[in-house]
Amino acid sequence: MISTSASMRRAGAHHTSMFFRMLMRAAILRRGRAATALMAVIVAATATTAMLNLFVDVQSKLRKEFRNYGANVVVVAKEGQSIVPDVLAKTKSILAGHGVAVPFAYAVARTSNAEPLVVSGTDFDQVRKLNSWWSVTSWPKEPHAALLGVRAASAVSPQGKPFNLYFHGRPISLTPSGTVRTGAGEDSRIYLSLNDFETWTGVPPSTIEIAVSGSPQEVNATIQKLQQAVPEVEVRPVRQIMEAEGRVLGKTRATLLAASVLIIVTAALCVLATLTGRVLDRRRDFAIMKALGASQQFIGGFLAAEAAALGAVGAFIGFGLGIGIAAWIGEANFGAPAVPRLEVFPVVLTGCIIVALMSAIVPISLLRQVQPAMILKGE
Amino acid sequence: MFVRLVYESFRRQKRRKLLAGAAIAFGVSVATAMIGVATDVGDKINRELRSYGANLVVNPQEDSLDVEIAGVNVKPPSDGAYLSEADLPKIKGMFWRNNIVGFAPVLPVNVAVNESSTKNTALVGTYFSRQLHFGTDNFVTGVRATYRWWRVQGSWPDDDSRDVLVGERLAQSLGQKTGGKVTINGQSFRVTGVLSTGGAEDNEIIAPLGLAQEIVGKPGVVRRIYVSAVTKPEDAFARRDPKTLSPEMYDRWYCSPYAQSIAFQLQEAIPHSHAEQIRQVAQTEGTVLSRIEGLMLLVTLASLFASGLAVSAAMATTIFERRQEVGLMKALGAGGLSVASLFFAEAALLALLGGMVGYAGGSILAYNAGRWIFDSPITIQPVLFPLILCIAIIVTFAGSIAAIRRAVKFDPVYALRGEG
Repeated sequence: MISTSASMRRAGAHHTSMFFRMLMRAAILRRGRAATALMAVIVAATATTAMLNLFVDVQSKLRKEFRNYGANVVVVAKEGQSIVPDVLAKTKSILAGHGVAVPFAYAVARTSNAEPLVVSGTDFDQVRKLNSWWSVTSWPKEPHAALLGVRAASAVSPQGKPFNLYFHGRPISLTPSGTVRTGAGEDSRIYLSLNDFETWTGVPPSTIEIAVSGSPQEVNATIQKLQQAVPEVEVRPVRQIMEAEGRVLGKTRATLLAASVLIIVTAALCVLATLTGRVLDRRRDFAIMKALGASQQFIGGFLAAEAAALGAVGAFIGFGLGIGIAAWIGEANFGAPAVPRLEVFPVVLTGCIIVALMSAIVPISLLRQVQPAMILKGE
Repeated sequence: MFVRLVYESFRRQKRRKLLAGAAIAFGVSVATAMIGVATDVGDKINRELRSYGANLVVNPQEDSLDVEIAGVNVKPPSDGAYLSEADLPKIKGMFWRNNIVGFAPVLPVNVAVNESSTKNTALVGTYFSRQLHFGTDNFVTGVRATYRWWRVQGSWPDDDSRDVLVGERLAQSLGQKTGGKVTINGQSFRVTGVLSTGGAEDNEIIAPLGLAQEIVGKPGVVRRIYVSAVTKPEDAFARRDPKTLSPEMYDRWYCSPYAQSIAFQLQEAIPHSHAEQIRQVAQTEGTVLSRIEGLMLLVTLASLFASGLAVSAAMATTIFERRQEVGLMKALGAGGLSVASLFFAEAALLALLGGMVGYAGGSILAYNAGRWIFDSPITIQPVLFPLILCIAIIVTFAGSIAAIRRAVKFDPVYALRGEG
């Protein structure tokens, strides 16, 4: 009993080593054909990895572009109230770097001709980050320097000379540093630093404009957190920005998805054709195996193992190349490389192995029907 | 003899030729569809970007400063210059009229609501969805076309009616509901719906333009016009001053749909006006659009590469399978050139047939993809047909070259013995 099982084990070990030797030899001796097959798998895996990686990464890249539209959330003081200083601090701590928050204070002042004019106090460094579309000739740096809307500029200081403004009779003298052009309400306003504005008018900020980065879920979560943390103000999403972003992003994703599916199917078909061709090409080898007494299962197992190995090796190399291509596309188009997504790897690996195995199924069933003698005779 | 060889090869190896042809057709389909998507996606996304609202504004030329904070105008309403409502349809007579998705005039006026005696609520007169005529052209425009994120609980008022919409926040503070009445400057009006926009309009009353003109007391005037136009991303040429351009350059500038040139044409169409871009929308959509277009271009290149490889792989396999035939031909004295030309002729025929089928398949694919993604079909320009056929032939040849060279170099003895 013992000896039988030992001999069986030895036979089994022999069997396995023979199996691996055949696999290795097939890869080494038929280098050219094996390389072509491997190439096909690598190309398919590269294309798939690049497309999937782009598909996952492009959304966050595009969201960053969409943030150029400015604030997607506004914090407004409730009727008749103003925003106390610690609201801005709380808002910033909740954002924790995932966005820009800019306070705005507004007041109606009068020029020396008693013309009414809206003056706003804000944080210039932050506005610059938030509203990249502002076309500003020169940002104010010193105290008492003002940024004039282009239309306001022609009214108060056409030659760029210093001018005076009055708020309830209290004067302030300002030096224009430059003009801002936006094509909207900003063109008729004068912007000061928040500090100058508050010491002059005593009016605190009434609005905080916030650009929250991230997906709609993350933005909504931030809105809720803000509402809980500062119940004394109103937090509203800017629907114009959020809805349009959702629409455009959705369409872009769908187009990219359709393109990815097409590319991946094409790549898979390419692998299928090459691998099937490779197996059929070696009919004679299998006929010899069969003639030497290899069972149908053995040949099937051999082909499957070979296909799986090709798929796995191809997936590994292709994944590396695909990550590189995705990173290059990200760099070329968005100026920042696409971040490698490791979660894509299992998908690519399974996909490659499945397609490789599928390419072995048809030849296996074909070979099953064929008599070894016929093939060896060359018919 | 040559023609017969090609003909017989197709007649006798139907299955194999069909497979290779199918591979080519599939590859060409993917390439056609992707080229179609890539050429059209910019325009499609551009139209989607219009959901950000108006990107151009037309103001009166001698405009006074706006004195408004959060949508509330602090200045007396009689102040300032106006544009004429009668000039509005001229916008549809411009060179780039087909790029105008919609426009909405506004006429803001401060009113006293309900018991309040001070005029501190903004009422804005506008078009909701108004039918206009220019020449033989009929078109519908208004805020429903330009501001797609506006939501109305209840129904939109008719443009010729005296019904109004009340902003969400204002309705809340007034206790106003849909179907109720609101008193404006002592007169009672029906509220057909509550408007929610997430912007300044939430605190305003939106009324048909005619009603606002009546309150202002100036029939046929509008304060400004918001225009939503499909534009081309701005480049250095777009920023040139049209006055300094040479006549040819001026024509090129005028006939490019830049925000600047459309603004210029709006200014020509509406007398005494000053048009400019709303930079928040106009500038940002340029960058977003060029990013998406760039992405699609790279993806298209990737798909062309993938389909090229698929075609090559299929051709290589079919040629490799015919080594014995090559051996026989060479044994009978055929030179490398005649063998190669036979294979190339076959490849060209396959590429032509596969290319035609693939062009048709790709057109159907692009059509349906467009309908599915953008609700409007993507049509492949017939101009592309010869180009696609050329691509099919080039790719098929490129894919065949390596295999044909190997087949030609092959020693006929081995081939005939079936060892390879």
